[in-house]
Amino acid sequence: MKDGVNGVALGVFIFFFAAVTVMGFLAARWRKAENEASLDEWGLGGRSFGTWVTWFLLGGDLYTAYTFVAVPAAIYAAGAAGFFAVPYTILVYPLIFTFLPRLWSVSHKHGYVTTSDFVRGRFGSKGLSLAVAVTGILATMPYIALQLVGIQAVLDVMGVGGGENTHWFVKDLPLLIAFAVLAAYTYSSGLRAPALIAFVKDGLIYLVIAVAIIYIPIKLGGFDDIFAKAGEAFSETNPATGKPRGALAPGEAGQWGYATLALGSALALFMYPHSITATLSSRSRNVIRRNTTILPLYSLMLGLLALLGFMVIAAGIKVDNGQLAIPQLFENMFPDWFAGVAFAAIGIGALVPAAIMSIAAANLFTRNIYKDFLRPDATPEQETKVSKLVSLLVKVGALAFVLTMDKTVAINFQLLGGIWILQTMPALVGGLFTRWFHRWALLAGWAVGMVYGTVAAYGVASPTQKHFGGSSAEIPGIGEIGYIGLTAFVLNVVVTVVLTFALNAVKAPVGTDETSPADYTADAGDPGVETELPPATAGAPGGH
Amino acid sequence: MPAGPAGKPPTVTPVRVVIALCLVAPFVAMLWVGSYAKVDPTFIGIPFFYWYQMLWVLISTALTTVAYKLWQRDQRARKGGESA
Repeated sequence: MKDGVNGVALGVFIFFFAAVTVMGFLAARWRKAENEASLDEWGLGGRSFGTWVTWFLLGGDLYTAYTFVAVPAAIYAAGAAGFFAVPYTILVYPLIFTFLPRLWSVSHKHGYVTTSDFVRGRFGSKGLSLAVAVTGILATMPYIALQLVGIQAVLDVMGVGGGENTHWFVKDLPLLIAFAVLAAYTYSSGLRAPALIAFVKDGLIYLVIAVAIIYIPIKLGGFDDIFAKAGEAFSETNPATGKPRGALAPGEAGQWGYATLALGSALALFMYPHSITATLSSRSRNVIRRNTTILPLYSLMLGLLALLGFMVIAAGIKVDNGQLAIPQLFENMFPDWFAGVAFAAIGIGALVPAAIMSIAAANLFTRNIYKDFLRPDATPEQETKVSKLVSLLVKVGALAFVLTMDKTVAINFQLLGGIWILQTMPALVGGLFTRWFHRWALLAGWAVGMVYGTVAAYGVASPTQKHFGGSSAEIPGIGEIGYIGLTAFVLNVVVTVVLTFALNAVKAPVGTDETSPADYTADAGDPGVETELPPATAGAPGGH
Repeated sequence: MPAGPAGKPPTVTPVRVVIALCLVAPFVAMLWVGSYAKVDPTFIGIPFFYWYQMLWVLISTALTTVAYKLWQRDQRARKGGESA
């Protein structure tokens, strides 16, 4: 790393940061609606976003700063195995196409703001809804923390992170400022702020990637040279494991892991509360389906970005902390001013998802814990107030996490979060298509998946860590190494199906279903879809 | 729950089978890792493993677009059929 502060890069970075801050506060006035005080306004942007806003919002939401740092870092570390992010994002879109429009329709019809709202309404079970809500909050918190880790990586490379001997307050001051700004505009503008800032974020990201993918290979002598050098580096033996460091294409042994990781991650992505929040903020069913045809542009960008990992190796950059690989590549390769633009892209790339995630977690708490268990008679105004406060708390929690604990803790928890969130899929997606599953069976299946996933992940060792060393372990019965989350998910489904048969046989009470089949295909403009918003009595079954 | 109109079109139609195939194809292609886990042939120096998967981003986009268009036509036809 170069010594001292990169002044030009820092100046450009601050300029963009200040610009999006102003945008964040002005966003409150963008497309303002009348029922300002409702949670639909603050937490879902009035459910009014069209195709392009939704595209930017979802892209800004799913392709986070951490993604930009972690995907090339994984390639840098091990080669081919890190590329699973590309098939993963390819598989996401056919999945969205199939189930999200149904979730959109039923949510609009009944005023559901979160996935737990839907699960409660569909299965008449507050317990199951609480399980889904708690899983969502637990999985989201470390994800927010990782966004701050992404900002830290950029600040480090720019030289403003301070050295080892700097006072902790000075060292963390830039991060604290970034955080305070984020918290303030999310509080005042809600989902509108990240939606507006996402335009800047994605514009910058596409620009940086386009330049990087042309400019850097030219400087490094073309892709032939880059992959030749990377191939050499990967064939060297890693002293810690005694095996080669990585490979340019996965060997026989790694293929199960690659496929299960891609599939499991794809299934999990739209279980995350922040993905659902961005989806429900769209204006109509068609906006979602149309988005599945244009969102893959981001996958292409992700693929190109992943290739930058090889360029880090070819450029001879050696970093101990893989997360610094990409920022360091930009710093070394680009002129100072453009490095500043690239850093701003990553920094702002952290703000958008962090804002949406904190809003999503806050909505879950407000709707499915505060309203369902603590204050059943809360008015929409109170709901919004609580949600705003909780969004602050969630971010403070994430900040405390990053400042007090080692980075690996946040990464471990995020890995667990992915495994956990996948366990909510049977209740959510199953519920969208059938009412056959029994609510208690779903709860039991969820519990089994959570426990198995956690225990299995705890047992994975790596050369640097005794526990949580990775997300893959041997699949019982098959003997191949595969993604723990997917194994846990299969167990979860098996338990759910078996118990549903058993519970139905003994005629256990199935709970009230407040939805009807037509609700799942309703579209904006259909009778009852627009008029029922905002939902003042969504908690009462059959409140419509 | 409103009862479906008499003479409701069947749930499984050839068009819907095509839509399903468009949506399933990426899963088959991407999860069959053995079919593309190799370095050669390279494209402008990029190993097959990488450019093939990036190519599938484009193929799956095209397939999803086809599925979307077909689905829209299917839905329009059904709505028209109901009101007639």
